[in-house]
Amino acid sequence: MALDSNGKRVFKVVGTRPARPDGVDKVTGRALYGADVSAPGMLVGRILRSPHAHARIVSIDTSAAEAMQGVKAVITSRDFAVVEDASTRDVQVNCMADGKALYDGHAVAAVAATSAAVAKAALKAIKVIYEVLPHVTDVDAAMKAGSPVVQASRAVENVPKGFSENVTHHCEFGHGDVAAGFAKADKIVSRSFKTAATHQGYIEPHACLASMTSDGKADLWCCTQGQFNVRSLCASIMGMEASQLRVTASEIGGGFGGKTTVFIEPVALALSKKAGRPVKVVMTRDEVFKATGPTVSTSIDVKIGMTKDGRITAAEAHMRYSGGAFPCGTVDMGAMAGFAAYDLPAVRTYGWNALTNRPKEAAYRAPGAPQAIYAVESVVDELCQVLKLDPLDVRLLNAARKGTQSSYGPVFDDIGLVATLEAAKAHPHYHAPLGAGQARGLSCGFWFNFGGNTCVSLNVNTDGTVGVTEGNPDIGGSRASISLMAAEELGIPYDRIRTIIADTASLGHNDVTDGSRVTFSVGLATIKAAQDAIRKMCGRAAKIWGIDEEAVEWIDGAAVPAGPNAGKFPPMSLAEIAAVSFQTGGPIAGHHEFNADGAGVSFGVHLVDLEVDKETGATKILRYTVFQDAGKAVHPAYVEGQMQGGAVQGIGWALNEEYIYGADGRLQNAGFLDYRVPVASDLPMIDTVILEIPNPGHPYGVRGVGETPIVPPLAAISNGVSRATGVRMSELPMSPPRVLKAIMARG
Amino acid sequence: MQYAKPKTVAEAARLLKDEAGVTRILAGGTDVLVQMKAGMVEPALVVDIKGLPGIREIVAEAGGYRIGACVAGAELGEHAGLKALWPGVVEGAELIGSTQVQGRCTQAGNLCNASPAADSVPALVAAGAVARVIGPDGVRDVAVSDVPVGPGKTSLKKGEFIASIFVPARPDRASDAYLRFIPRTEMDIAVASAAVSLELDGVGMVTAARVALGAVAPTVRLVEAAGAALVGTRLDEAALDALSAACSAACAPIDDKRGTIEFRTHIAGVLAKRAARIAYTRAGGQA
Ligand SMILES: Cc1cc2nc3c(=O)[nH]c(=O)nc-3n(C[C@H](O)[C@H](O)[C@H](O)COP(=O)(O)OP(=O)(O)OC[C@H]3O[C@@H](n4cnc5c(N)ncnc54)[C@H](O)[C@@H]3O)c2cc1C
Repeated sequence: MALDSNGKRVFKVVGTRPARPDGVDKVTGRALYGADVSAPGMLVGRILRSPHAHARIVSIDTSAAEAMQGVKAVITSRDFAVVEDASTRDVQVNCMADGKALYDGHAVAAVAATSAAVAKAALKAIKVIYEVLPHVTDVDAAMKAGSPVVQASRAVENVPKGFSENVTHHCEFGHGDVAAGFAKADKIVSRSFKTAATHQGYIEPHACLASMTSDGKADLWCCTQGQFNVRSLCASIMGMEASQLRVTASEIGGGFGGKTTVFIEPVALALSKKAGRPVKVVMTRDEVFKATGPTVSTSIDVKIGMTKDGRITAAEAHMRYSGGAFPCGTVDMGAMAGFAAYDLPAVRTYGWNALTNRPKEAAYRAPGAPQAIYAVESVVDELCQVLKLDPLDVRLLNAARKGTQSSYGPVFDDIGLVATLEAAKAHPHYHAPLGAGQARGLSCGFWFNFGGNTCVSLNVNTDGTVGVTEGNPDIGGSRASISLMAAEELGIPYDRIRTIIADTASLGHNDVTDGSRVTFSVGLATIKAAQDAIRKMCGRAAKIWGIDEEAVEWIDGAAVPAGPNAGKFPPMSLAEIAAVSFQTGGPIAGHHEFNADGAGVSFGVHLVDLEVDKETGATKILRYTVFQDAGKAVHPAYVEGQMQGGAVQGIGWALNEEYIYGADGRLQNAGFLDYRVPVASDLPMIDTVILEIPNPGHPYGVRGVGETPIVPPLAAISNGVSRATGVRMSELPMSPPRVLKAIMARG
Repeated sequence: MQYAKPKTVAEAARLLKDEAGVTRILAGGTDVLVQMKAGMVEPALVVDIKGLPGIREIVAEAGGYRIGACVAGAELGEHAGLKALWPGVVEGAELIGSTQVQGRCTQAGNLCNASPAADSVPALVAAGAVARVIGPDGVRDVAVSDVPVGPGKTSLKKGEFIASIFVPARPDRASDAYLRFIPRTEMDIAVASAAVSLELDGVGMVTAARVALGAVAPTVRLVEAAGAALVGTRLDEAALDALSAACSAACAPIDDKRGTIEFRTHIAGVLAKRAARIAYTRAGGQA
C-alpha cells in the first residue's frame, strides 16, 4: 500500500469521479421506482383519512363500501395483528388508527378495488362517526398541565411531575459545574428559539405493491431506505414470520430519513391478504405531507457565558421537542449534539419530548441536531456581536479537538473541526467585501455518524468481472462508492464491478440506510468481503502453482508469489483465476458480515452571504460555501452533492419551509405550492470544500457525510439575517412576514 | 364527463347553455385540469375552445391589440408590438407558472379562474382592457375589471365565454409595469401584487395614472386614489408615499398561510411604488 508524504494512503480509484451507475436509467425513465412495479390482477389500494386533528372513532361502517361492485377488500385496525412491542405498535397505529384519530390525515380505513375510480367511490361510502376532541399542535402548549392529552400513560419514569401527560420523555447530558462557569463569564446571553416542523420533501411519494397468497407467503416491493426494517415491521404488524415475507426495495426518489419506516406497506399487505390479490398503494402528495414523517417541531432555551476574549465558560440548554402523536426520543440527539463543537468546562443539556396532534416524526438528515445547533450557534453569534469578536476566531478558540470530552460524554479521537474552521478562515469567501445591506453568517455543524449491522457478498464472475451484493438502498450514490472501494481493494478497474441491492431473502440483515452509515459500514464490509475473495483467489493460484497459500500475495489485481522463496511464477490476474475457477474448486465469492463500529463523527462549517429586502422581509442568498470533513471522499462528486443538497434543504428550512396548522388543527399547506422548498432560481451555486481528516475506524479513513451538511444552514442564515437587519432572529422559518415584522418592531 | 371541441362560437355557446350540470371551458387547462385531478371540480361537460376561429391570434386594432382568448403566455412574450405598447400587461402574463405552463396558460383563463392572486389581471385592469364576451344572446364587451366578482366567481352568465381581450392604443410617452411579491423567486402565488399604468407629458409630468392591486381583496382592486396621487407629479418621494398610503388604505386582505393582513397591506404599497418607478422609466421619465 503506497503512502504519500503525509503518511496518507495513495489511492488508485477511490477519490475519482466515474459517471454514476444509475444515471442512464434515471434520465431515460427506465429506473423502476416504487409505483412502477405491477402484477397481473393487481388492485388499487386507497386510504381513508381523518379530517380531524383529534377525534375518538365512535364507529366505522364499511358495509356499503364492501357491497360495491369492484371493491375486493375493506380494512380497518381490526385487520391487523395484536403487537406487544410498544414502538412497533406505535408504527402500526400510525399506519391505521385504533380507537382514536391522532392527527389530521391519520389513516382510519382502506379499500382495495379494481380501479382508482371505484376505490375513490368506496372511500366515500365508508361511514365514520367521530367524536371530535380538543387538540394541541404546539409543543409548549402540549407540555402544560391541562393541555388536551394526545395519548395517556405513555411517559417514561424519569419525567418530572407537574407536566402534562403528553410529556413522554426526558434526558440530561453534560459535565462540569455550570453555575461556577456562569459566574466566571463576562457576558451571558440567554435566548429562546422555536423551529417549525419541516418535511423531507422527497420527490417520490411512498408507493408499494404487496402480494400475499393464501398459503401465507408474501412479497412486497416498495420504495424504502431499508427493506430489512420494512420486513421486520411488517412481519410483526401482520403476525407473520420474517422468512415468509420477502421485501424488495425499488429505486428511490429521495428519502432523507423519511423512508426509514413504514406507512402504507402494512396496509397494502392487509388488503392483499383480505382480497387475495396483489394490491398497489401509491400516496398522493397531500397524503405524503399529512401522514408521513416531518421532523420534530421544537422550542429551545439556550444560555451561554463567555469571557470578553471569547472563551465559553459555561453552557446550558433546555430543549422541548415534539415528535407528533407518538413517543419520540429524537430530543436525545439534539441534547447530545447541541454543544458538540465546543470544548467546554461546564455544560448541561436537558431534553423533553411532548405529544402533539401532528403526524409521527420520521428521521430527517441528522434528526434532532439542526434545531439544537441552530439555537446554540445563534447564541454564540450574538455573544460574538456583543463582545465584538470574530465569529470564526471564537469558534476556533473553543473548538473541540482530539482528546476533548464531548458535551455528550465520549472523548473525541481524531476529528476535523479545527481543520474545517481554519479552511473557512483561509478561504476567499470569508474575506470577500460585502455590499451595502449585505451580511455574512456562519455556523458549525456536527453529526455522530453510525455503523451498524451489515452484510455483503462479493461474487467473482468467470469473465473477470465482479458483482457486489449489498442490502442498503442507494440514496446518495452508495453503489458507485461501494464499487470504487471494491475496485480499489481488488485492484481491478471500476467498470468491471456492478453493485446491486438485494432483497431480504438474498442476504443477511442490513440496518436501514440512515445515520450516514452506508459508505462507511457497507464500504468496510465490501473491503473485507474483497479481502475474503482475495484470500480464496490466492488459494486457487497456490493450488495451480503447487505452493503454500501463505506463499501467495495479492498485488495490483493479481496473485503473485510472495518473495523469491515462494517460487517463480508469472502473476495470475483476477480474470485469469476466475476463468479457471470451475477447475480449481468452483465459484469464488467473498463475504463479510458484522456490526460495524468506529464511524467517525463529522463536522462542517457553512458560510453564507445574504441580503434582506427591508421593505418586504425577503432574504436573498448571495453566496454560500460548505466546508466539511469527509474523512476520505470516495466519490468526491457525490460528497459535494451531499454537501450541496444538505445546504439547500437547510436554506429551505431556514427561510420558508414549515408545517402550518389552522386553529382547527388541520394542516394548511399539504402541497409543494405552499410548503415552499427552494426552487433553483432562489439559490446561488453552492460551493464546497472537502477536508479529509481520516477516520481511524475505517481502512480508507471514510466518515459519513450525508447528514452533517443540513445542520449548519439554519444558524448560518439566521446569523446572517440577524446581522443584516440588526434584529436577533429566534424563530424558523424566517419567512418574509416574520422578518418584516421584526424589522418594523425594531423601528 | 363529456368533452367537446366546437368549431364555431355559436356552437360553443349552445353547448355551454344546454348542459344542465357543471361546465368548464378548456383553454390552457392549467387551472381546470389541476382542479379536476385534485377532485375540486367534476364537470359534466368540458368545452375545449382552442378550435374556434381566430381564438389563438393577436390582431392589431385601432392602435391597440385584440388578444385571442387562447393565446398562451409565451406567445404574448414573443409579440414585439404588444410588448412595446403594454410591457406590464405582458410581464404579468409571463409571470404565470414555469416554461411548461407558459406554453399553455391564457389571460382569459387566468381571469375566469377568478383567483384574487391572478397575475395577468391587475395589469389588464390598469390598462383599461376590455373583454369580448360571446354568449347565447350574442356579443357584448365587458371591462376586465368587471369580470371577476369574488374568489372563483365571474359575472359571466350561463353559456357565456370570453373570445378575446382588447388592450387600447397609447399616447407616445406612456407605459406600464407589474410586480408581485412571492416568498420564492418563481413557481409561487402572489401574496400581493401591483400594476401601474402611466402617461407622461413632454417634461415627464404624469398626466394619467391607473393603479390596480392583486391578492389584497376578494377581487382585483383599481385604486383611483392611488392613481390620482401620481397625476401632476414627476414621481417625487411625496407622490410615491401618497401612492403607497392610498394602496395600503385600499387593501382588504385575508390572513392566511401565504401572508398576514399586516404584511399584505404593507407590501401592496411597497410594490406599487416600485412598479410606478419602473413604469415611469419605461415611459421615458427621468426619475
Ligand atoms: C404549475 C403552475 C403554476 C402556476 N403559476 C401561476 C402563477 O404564477 N400566477 C397565476 O396567476 N396563475 C398561476 N397558475 C394558474 C394558471 O396557470 C393560470 O391561472 C392560467 O392563466 C390559467 O389559464 P388556462 O388557459 O390554463 O385556463 P384553464 O385551466 O383552461 O381555465 C381556467 C378557468 O377559466 C375558465 N375559462 C378559461 N378560458 C375561458 C374563456 N375564454 N372564457 C370563459 N371562461 C374561461 C375555465 O372554465 C376554468 O374555470 C399556475 C398553474 C400551475 C399548474
